[in-house]
Amino acid sequence: MEILKDRRNQIHRKGDEPGSITCEKASVAGSVSQRACVFCGSRVVLYPVADALHLVHGPIGCATYTWDIRGALSSGPELHRMSFSTDLNEMDVVYGAEQKLYHSLIELIDAYKPKAAFVYSTCIVGLIGDDVVSICKKVAAEKDIPVLPVEAPGFAGTKKDGYKIACDALLSLAGTANTDTISAKSINILGDFNIAGETWVIRDYYQRMGVNVVATVTGDGRVNDIQKMHGATLNVVQCSGSMTHLARSLKEKYNIPFIRVSYFGIEDTAAALYDVARFFGDDSMLARTKELVRQETQAIMPEIRRYARDLEGKKAAIYVGGAFKAFSLVRALRTLGMGTVLVGTQTGNPEDYEQLREICDPGTIIVDDANPLELCSFLKEQRCDVFIGGVKERALAYKLGLGFCDHNHERKEALAGFIGMRNFAREIHATIMSPIWKFVPRDNCEDSGNPS
Amino acid sequence: MLLRHTPEKITDRNSLTINPAKTCQPIGAMYAALGIHGCLPHSHGSQGCCAYHRSTLTRHYKEPVMAATSAFTEGSAVFGGQANLIEAFQNIFKIYNPDIIAVHTTCLSETIGDDVGQIVRAAHDDGKIPTGKHVIHCNTPSYVGSHVTGFSNMVKGMVNYFAESSGRRNGRINIIPGWVEPSDMREIRRLVKEMGINPIIFPDTSGVLDAPQTGKHIFYPKGGTTVSDLKNTGDSRFTIALGEVASKAAGEALTAKCQVPCHTLDLPIGLEATDRFIDMISKLACVEVPGSINEERGQLVDVITDMQQYLYGKKVALFGDPDQLISLTEFLISIDMRPTHIVTGTPYKGFEERIRSITKDVVPDINIKNGQCADMFLLHQWIKNDPVDLLIGNTYGKYIARDEDIPLIRFGFPIMDRIGHTYFPSVGYKGALRLLEKILSAFMDRQDRDSKEESFELVM
Ligand code: SF4
Ligand code: SF4
Repeated sequence: MEILKDRRNQIHRKGDEPGSITCEKASVAGSVSQRACVFCGSRVVLYPVADALHLVHGPIGCATYTWDIRGALSSGPELHRMSFSTDLNEMDVVYGAEQKLYHSLIELIDAYKPKAAFVYSTCIVGLIGDDVVSICKKVAAEKDIPVLPVEAPGFAGTKKDGYKIACDALLSLAGTANTDTISAKSINILGDFNIAGETWVIRDYYQRMGVNVVATVTGDGRVNDIQKMHGATLNVVQCSGSMTHLARSLKEKYNIPFIRVSYFGIEDTAAALYDVARFFGDDSMLARTKELVRQETQAIMPEIRRYARDLEGKKAAIYVGGAFKAFSLVRALRTLGMGTVLVGTQTGNPEDYEQLREICDPGTIIVDDANPLELCSFLKEQRCDVFIGGVKERALAYKLGLGFCDHNHERKEALAGFIGMRNFAREIHATIMSPIWKFVPRDNCEDSGNPS
Repeated sequence: MLLRHTPEKITDRNSLTINPAKTCQPIGAMYAALGIHGCLPHSHGSQGCCAYHRSTLTRHYKEPVMAATSAFTEGSAVFGGQANLIEAFQNIFKIYNPDIIAVHTTCLSETIGDDVGQIVRAAHDDGKIPTGKHVIHCNTPSYVGSHVTGFSNMVKGMVNYFAESSGRRNGRINIIPGWVEPSDMREIRRLVKEMGINPIIFPDTSGVLDAPQTGKHIFYPKGGTTVSDLKNTGDSRFTIALGEVASKAAGEALTAKCQVPCHTLDLPIGLEATDRFIDMISKLACVEVPGSINEERGQLVDVITDMQQYLYGKKVALFGDPDQLISLTEFLISIDMRPTHIVTGTPYKGFEERIRSITKDVVPDINIKNGQCADMFLLHQWIKNDPVDLLIGNTYGKYIARDEDIPLIRFGFPIMDRIGHTYFPSVGYKGALRLLEKILSAFMDRQDRDSKEESFELVM
């Protein structure tokens, strides 16, 4: 298969000459990229803040496509699941739409009394130059709630830049509420989006350990919790791609340390909880954590062992958004006796790829920002049994006759925590062992990916 | 769930859309382009749009949807996207090797003012488009129209670029099917063939977005209208354009370009619209309606006869695309139901008038809204004020259905949480029978669920 010249350095085979993989660059014009835009990045991060108003300032599409697509659950208010748009039309594009934005905001705040409002400006607004910042200021003053501009025109970088913009909006909320009642043994959970209720799983572990959770950012998020997140002693960052920037800023501004963790897989979940317990240097907490890990592991292991018997030696391909998740997946698959033969991410940085190279088996293909044609050809070449990816990869995997597991925002079962590992094992088992593969001519892939 | 977010009291809104009943032009252009054989749609703008459009189409069709993007950066947003597009052509032909690239614009490239037609011509002149390969385009700024307009624009683009008249008629007829499912395009072909005619259907996504499992990922599946057929459209006897909003523009462009007469009809959804479709072809092509088609019609009428008592006076709320809603409303009236609230986000001037003329004798006080601020929020408010027995529309209706405890029949685009739409038609008599079955099942399931023990019956 031909690989676009400009992309050759974005692909690496472990065992090749050392030399770093190229990443963090814009997709090549004409590629069928699996990547999204700056707006998308900021929208997905802020979306689960459930008692805030989220208004998309732009033409209708940007709002329609991000309407409740992420499955971030809320235990209370659900304002985030509504789709509000200024629905710009031709006249707005010509004459500007500041008034429209102003009236929409006032109308919505009056109707819903949200705790805060986020105003996303998309490509076209970046171009026509509406002064979104001053409108937000004006409305904030009139309505006495935080109104935060999220200036995220899609073309102004990558999805990652959108994460950063979202983090800055969150940062401007922090530090604005009273923290007197917060105990010393307290954390913020950063970078869990409560897909399929995962934040609830994690929060429960910490509570059992005796750790006070101040804010969950942003899964099942609440404006008031975010406003007092500066009162926590430690930030525990899961989705490093999206939240490291916020954690760093909180460190700079409020001197709160942070640690990076992952809640995927038994090893990584246990490590995360131990790291937090050790941070607080409290022996009784450490003892409780040990007990928790013991109980939880014991509860899931028999079932996992049953799946592993069937899965021993099967091969997986991974293509996910962030690198940290990829590390965990490689380890979680090992728990099931499986190997990883292809691993790629949309947003990894050089250190991430270096680390991936270290933990992967020889021969593993490592790619940055892959396109479907490449993915197909690697999947075929590596003879995978299952593909772990997101929505656009699902249809591809099935067409190739492979099992598939959604480890992105379309997952329906919590995959985080110990119970998440059980669910993950179950999903992998279900898809790999499905009887349908008996009816699919999987070896017959001669012309897969071959244009007409 | 959303219940608490929808107040019963309806206030005037003119600047704000809540829970949209439409989406943007490019996705329609992308869908239409997939209905050409060997075509790679190309989105001229930033990559976010393209990613969203592909995701949404993938969710609806459960098929890999390929499309390339110009991947605009800040620089392209300032200096224009010409360089990106030309580079894209070269990369695409080299790597993905399609027969055709179908370019559509996005808000961004439109606002910058890129002249895609001119860029395509320049690429041709500079030899950047290999011989035997094609690039077509259409303009789809998303701050105008909706996904349906985008579809219409791309189909018109096909005519602009390909239709030729050789001066000799080829005896075929053109059918522009409108924005319907692959299953519907297949069904339209079957019906027309049943009448002894070999039609050119364009676009035709059957075989592309309902491709079989073969263990391969085929970039350009078997289906889709071929370029040679697209060229031949200029020699056909006549064109039938189904749906004013989605198809008329292309049909008229073909008349202007190659003098092929065009007849615009409603989408053949339901009894009467299908009758008109069959009659029109029979009349214009001078063919008899075969017994087999009359038999299908008779079966449909028979089932409606058998089931009248369950349909009588049932109130229904509808939302979706104008072409589909017009035929659907007519069908519902013909089976004695009462369309009560109708919303379409797609702006179309004739909409309200058409719906009123169809419903005037039966539902004189019908609620209709179309265009700006015609959204699901308003529909929900209407339903709260005047409840209905059934809701028909795409997946986004499920919030209302759940809140108000009304059965929802999924119909239209997008449907992300059910299957069947790509495989079973809603057009023609068979399609009407399927719709009818769904409606009846919804009511009867409901009755079985809700009836008191003493009135629960085996035979209904
Ligand atoms: S920017 Fe325009 S084209 Fe892109 S998704 Fe938004 S509305 Fe659609
Ligand atoms: S228009 Fe811009 S902001 Fe909207 S989806 Fe497209 S790239 Fe993203």
